[in-house]
Amino acid sequence: MRWNRITTVTAVSAAVALSLVACGGPKASSGGSGGGSSAATPEFDAANNKIFNPSDKKGGTLRMAITEKWDSTDPGDTYYGLSWNLVRNYVRPLMTFKSAPGKEGAKVVPDLAEAPGVPTDDAKTWTYKIRKGVKFEDGTEVKAKDVMYGVARSLDKTTLPNGPTYFNDFLVDVPKDYSVAKDPQMKQLSKAITTPDDYTIVFHLNKTFAGFDYFAQLPSTAPVPQAKDTGTKYQLHPIATGPYKFESNDANKGFTLIRNDQYDASTDPDTGRKALPDKINVAYNVNGADIDNRLIAGDLDVDIAGTGVQAETQAKVLADPKLKAHTDSVLSTRLNFTVFNSEVKPFDNVDCRKAVLYAADHEGYQRAYGGPFGGDIATNLMPPSVAGAEKFDDYGFEADKNGNPTKAKEALTACGMPNGFSTNIAYRSDRPKEKAVAESLQQSLAKVGIKLTPKGFPTGDYTKLYAGKPDYAKANGLGMIVYSWGADWPDGFGFLSQIVDSRVIRAAGGNTNLGIRIPEVDTLIDKALATTDDAERNKIWVDVDKKVMEQAGVLPGIWAKGLLYRPDTLANVFSNDGQNMYDYASIGLAQK
Amino acid sequence: MFAYLVRRVIGAVLLLFIVTAVTFAIFFLVPRLGGATADDLAGRYVGKSAGQEQIHNTAVRLGFTDPLYVQYGRFVKGLVVGQEYNYGTGTEHCPAPCFGYSFLTQQPVWPDLVSRIPVTASLAGGAAFIWLITGVGTGIISALRRGSVLDRSLMSVALAGVSLPIFFTGLLSLSIFSYSLGWTQQGGVNPLDETNPLWWAYDLILPWVTLAFLYAAAYARLTRAGMLETMNEDFVRTARAKGLTERTVVLRHGLRSALTPILTIFGLDLGLLMGGAILTETTFSLPGIGQYAVIALRANDLPKVLGVTLVAAFFIVLANLVVDLLYAVVDPRVRIS
Repeated sequence: MRWNRITTVTAVSAAVALSLVACGGPKASSGGSGGGSSAATPEFDAANNKIFNPSDKKGGTLRMAITEKWDSTDPGDTYYGLSWNLVRNYVRPLMTFKSAPGKEGAKVVPDLAEAPGVPTDDAKTWTYKIRKGVKFEDGTEVKAKDVMYGVARSLDKTTLPNGPTYFNDFLVDVPKDYSVAKDPQMKQLSKAITTPDDYTIVFHLNKTFAGFDYFAQLPSTAPVPQAKDTGTKYQLHPIATGPYKFESNDANKGFTLIRNDQYDASTDPDTGRKALPDKINVAYNVNGADIDNRLIAGDLDVDIAGTGVQAETQAKVLADPKLKAHTDSVLSTRLNFTVFNSEVKPFDNVDCRKAVLYAADHEGYQRAYGGPFGGDIATNLMPPSVAGAEKFDDYGFEADKNGNPTKAKEALTACGMPNGFSTNIAYRSDRPKEKAVAESLQQSLAKVGIKLTPKGFPTGDYTKLYAGKPDYAKANGLGMIVYSWGADWPDGFGFLSQIVDSRVIRAAGGNTNLGIRIPEVDTLIDKALATTDDAERNKIWVDVDKKVMEQAGVLPGIWAKGLLYRPDTLANVFSNDGQNMYDYASIGLAQK
Repeated sequence: MFAYLVRRVIGAVLLLFIVTAVTFAIFFLVPRLGGATADDLAGRYVGKSAGQEQIHNTAVRLGFTDPLYVQYGRFVKGLVVGQEYNYGTGTEHCPAPCFGYSFLTQQPVWPDLVSRIPVTASLAGGAAFIWLITGVGTGIISALRRGSVLDRSLMSVALAGVSLPIFFTGLLSLSIFSYSLGWTQQGGVNPLDETNPLWWAYDLILPWVTLAFLYAAAYARLTRAGMLETMNEDFVRTARAKGLTERTVVLRHGLRSALTPILTIFGLDLGLLMGGAILTETTFSLPGIGQYAVIALRANDLPKVLGVTLVAAFFIVLANLVVDLLYAVVDPRVRIS
């Protein structure tokens, strides 16, 4: 009897716990897609550059999640591919990538603009006519001055630091510390942007640039009503012009988009965006393994990062044919590579660089990223998904996947170091795949006498304080730098300009060109910028690629792929060469 | 009693200011001593393509170019009277206690912390309830059945509980109970979004049990050791000699005495958890203080780090104070003069 009370307390506790579990059971999805089964049969790569389970049916809540927040939901302050993909749902830039599968999705088409830009003055002046009848979410009609204001505010890199600086760099006479808050009439931009009437906007460039339509697709060309601009707080509620608007937004937790009743699809004939879900929920800071598990369980629809499942999930998914049938191995416009720092000896000598190219184990590089599902062995810089890219293999990477020690020794002899040399290789210490690259190269290069010492640095400061800061990299002998680069957009300029043009290297750090200084490359880039014919321009970008490889500026590793998981809850899902992940402007939900 | 309380509160406030000074020094002074310039620090908070001028402007905007004592003074002033913040197209007043603005999201830190405290409190409170009941109960049973198969079995489970890290038990339990069996909620939900208390509990039951498993194990071992020691004391023998029932001897005399050290530990544990159950919140993607701390540290977002540290310190100091006051209730030998 003396144990009655203890027993009772224990029993009650257990009963409470069990009843909580029992009353729960599999709870109905809070998302609302209902997890309806798709009519189409899942197959591997079924949504890779083609539409899986085509649908025009609207409705449901699309549930998206990501492991950490990206820079911003403000269209004038964002520089993430996933963000540029998603932003098309709530704002309309002048131009945009067409929402269509495959290569069609890499075409830049008019969105807010009526037609592509009209170049004059040797492509130094670009004129866009904007559509009539496009409205903000409050019902006000969009005018050219709203587009000008959107671009103007994005030039203030102290308030909105995250976006690209193309407009700062290319527009005529933009003051270096420009702030639209200090220049509300935008008088200081009078030479850069003009709006002759309510529906015309003209951009004036400081140099010829034939690919300006790509600039016009940047989210910062989306209109912003000046009276509604709240500076750093605008990210919480960007004023919508797209098919959705913000219902709620917490900068640390996530946001919800609902339909924008002021969006008129008849003003949007070219983009192909379908806007199928009634609501879109985005959650930040969800554990990566949890995201994968929820995708597999059908409790989540999209991993918004679009880079593929976690490494441990990939092994599990590929081993199970049923799970594998729900995946797409999507080629990105990303190159994982190792740069030679031309300021660190002996990499100022082209033959020493070539020795590394010949000695490297390319299959080992690929293995470090998860094997063939992590990407294809890269033989040059530009991934095949870049418009006009050409694959070539001057060093025989595909024939000698594990390296060619004989040619490596010949190159070492030519560089005056027949017995090899020692150098450091930098990598991001919290990226196990990059560490594996450094170790793989350490092993393969040791066979020809090149001794590598791996040195890890934190990701957050990698380009700003260490590998990407020229004086630090030189002083610390970082001869080889493991890196990864995804194109801003899939053409030669978008992919190559920021990683091979020596003039973008800044002493302050934060560089993405980590050591390539080849004058002929800079000259070719200038030539490409001035060439208005698309085919001819693309050929020049291939020449840039060839020149960098001829000079052995980098060791290409892999053209990255992502293994995307496609739950049965999705409809009208496809990847394309514009986004290199699922296209978020047309993705829908399978209806029950 | 009142004087004691006032003394403790003043001590607690002083301690919190020392915590802010030390934390501030770690994140702002130490990098300077290591040779980092104001621009180096600002370089972490600019975009990918920032030039030197932009980096310097950012250093000025974030106040890194001011002397350290000015920066610390500004932080303390914000806590006490609030501060003005320029958001680009205007200024706003951030009322006290203003923990500053995130260097990255540029949103005020205090509302973020406030919105996350209920999630952490829900997690810590529920788990504490479970581990107290099961841990102390298990410890008593083990102590009274010392050497039995039951004792050994319970202590083996307790050893496993102490040894297994949350990120292992958490992911394993999620895999089994959420994704395979579908009995419990998956990670990544906010229990505070629920309007029905039962759904709130349903969202949290797995994190509660996982977290409680770790702590219950420690409490079981602690209670067992305390009970074994207490049950051999003279006053217990006296109680028995007086003819009291065994239940009264165990619960009113033995357990009450053994509870004092447990109460101390419980206060500290609960205080620590209120400052963020980092591993549990990360594993189950719960938007609480612990997850916020991880986000802040990953991004070197110093105002957030300072905010989390101060909130965690506050809860620990508060828990200590409450525990000290409860001593008198639990153990009649302790009286506050």
